[in-house]
Amino acid sequence: MNDKYLPAIYTAFALGIAFLGWRIDNAYYLQLLIFIGLNTLLALSLNMLMGYAGQISLGHAAFYGIGAYVTAILTTTYQIPPVLALPAAVGAAMVIAWIVGMPTLRLSGYYLGMGTLGFGMIVHIVLREWSSVTGGASGLVGIPPLSVGPVEFASNKSYFFLVWAVVLAVIIFCRRIIDSRVGRALCAIHDGEKAAAAVGVNTRRLKLQVFVLSAGIAALAGFLYAHLVFFISPGSFGFMASIKIVTMVVIGGMASIWGALFGASLLTLLPEWLHAFSEFEMVVYGLVLMVVMIFMPRGLTRGVVDIYERYRKTHDRQ
Amino acid sequence: MLRIRNLKCFYGRIMAVKGVSLSVNAGEIICLIGANGAGKTTLLSAVCGLLADWTGQIDFEKKSVKGMEPPALVRAGISLVPEGRQIFAPLSVFDNLKLGAYTMYKKKAHAAVEEDMESVMELFPILRQRRRQLAGTLSGGEQQMLAIARALMARPRLLLLDEPSMGLAPMVVEKILEVISLLRSRGLTIVLVEQNALAALDVSDRGYVFETGAVVLQGEAGELLADKDVKRAYLGKDYGDFYDAG
Repeated sequence: MNDKYLPAIYTAFALGIAFLGWRIDNAYYLQLLIFIGLNTLLALSLNMLMGYAGQISLGHAAFYGIGAYVTAILTTTYQIPPVLALPAAVGAAMVIAWIVGMPTLRLSGYYLGMGTLGFGMIVHIVLREWSSVTGGASGLVGIPPLSVGPVEFASNKSYFFLVWAVVLAVIIFCRRIIDSRVGRALCAIHDGEKAAAAVGVNTRRLKLQVFVLSAGIAALAGFLYAHLVFFISPGSFGFMASIKIVTMVVIGGMASIWGALFGASLLTLLPEWLHAFSEFEMVVYGLVLMVVMIFMPRGLTRGVVDIYERYRKTHDRQ
Repeated sequence: MLRIRNLKCFYGRIMAVKGVSLSVNAGEIICLIGANGAGKTTLLSAVCGLLADWTGQIDFEKKSVKGMEPPALVRAGISLVPEGRQIFAPLSVFDNLKLGAYTMYKKKAHAAVEEDMESVMELFPILRQRRRQLAGTLSGGEQQMLAIARALMARPRLLLLDEPSMGLAPMVVEKILEVISLLRSRGLTIVLVEQNALAALDVSDRGYVFETGAVVLQGEAGELLADKDVKRAYLGKDYGDFYDAG
């Protein structure tokens, strides 16, 4: 539909990033934008699985955590340069996703939700209790900054550019998949698994593949997170983190690449804006989410489009 | 072309098909009739691999299909038009057809897909008009046409149709049955499951009558049409008509 505008959209996106990076010097704002980028990656990864293929995961933070911990352990305990730890971090998450996905993806609906929830909890407990390797509840410190050859991403600004370049690359990558034969097959599985099988889609294998891909993207976000904050602990990868990713996808809009971006932005910024409410912060936070869901049940992206179309319709009638 | 011997299908402990044997020769239209729950849909599911829990023998072109999964069977040449159409509602007509050719793309047969796209749109011109529309917005008849067209995109040699007349206006049913006859004349072998026995037998060569998981009657379509039991049970004549006639 908007295929021919895609290159223009990507260019505008890249220019937007360049502009923001050029104008913003405030460390706090840069940090916030970096976190929006990381959350966008997480939302994109879950969106491929949940929004497009219709497979719910309530344990997605586990892959985020695996990505972060693998690189943290390799770069601190074993002193391996971060660039080499990257394939290990992403690869480990993908292998684990493959092993876990084989039995789990036979489930569907609520049961798949329960299965992935259990997986997320197991990973969280392992991170917390396997002290000799993961540092236990107090986590790992002294993770080195990311550097590629002579280029070091130590400053907030350089990290901002790095993270958003990755976000753009992942957006383009996901978009390419969705517009392909595989993307159509994913939507077919979402709409009717039996019908998808009847036209010859190997539903089991495809679900597993998208699960593994999704885990890989989440682990990439975890890798970037670890080298941003230099300190990680299990608390960042627990059940609440998984729920937050699900919320970002649902609020932003399922089966929408840009929805992932909006959802991640809103859920990252909202707590910052709501500091003014002090102890009522969480109440207002919940309230905002409820209002969005009541008035835009299909998420922000669709919601805005719907409002625009309704406006145009009433406008045309006059 | 298709040979089924002593097929028993299970849903857990329930036996839904209780020892059915039937055969379909190349170029035939075979019709399976019977009431709800007689096991017709279950039999089709077993043939196209959607149901794995069965015993007995199903041979397609002299090779057993035991253990084959739906994608492999689609590639082997069996396509199913599922009950209730099961088109992909949120996708466009175009994308639905492309999905039908899913296995063809795997064979890197892009040119063949283009060709098939043209030919199914010739078969159902309405789909050409609607090709950019979302499939869920089509009327029931159009959705059924789309479901058939989608199945044809995989270039099947055996087409399994599960209740294509369900919930459709008589005129649309007629149009669809016309297409089915046309497809047969082009060399396609067809198994047609129907509750609308009169319409189905009209285009079929032979038929099998199902009752609670077993075949109770079989024969030439003409014979079945004339059979008193079939008339009573499936053609909407009740005992009263026979009393009056007798």
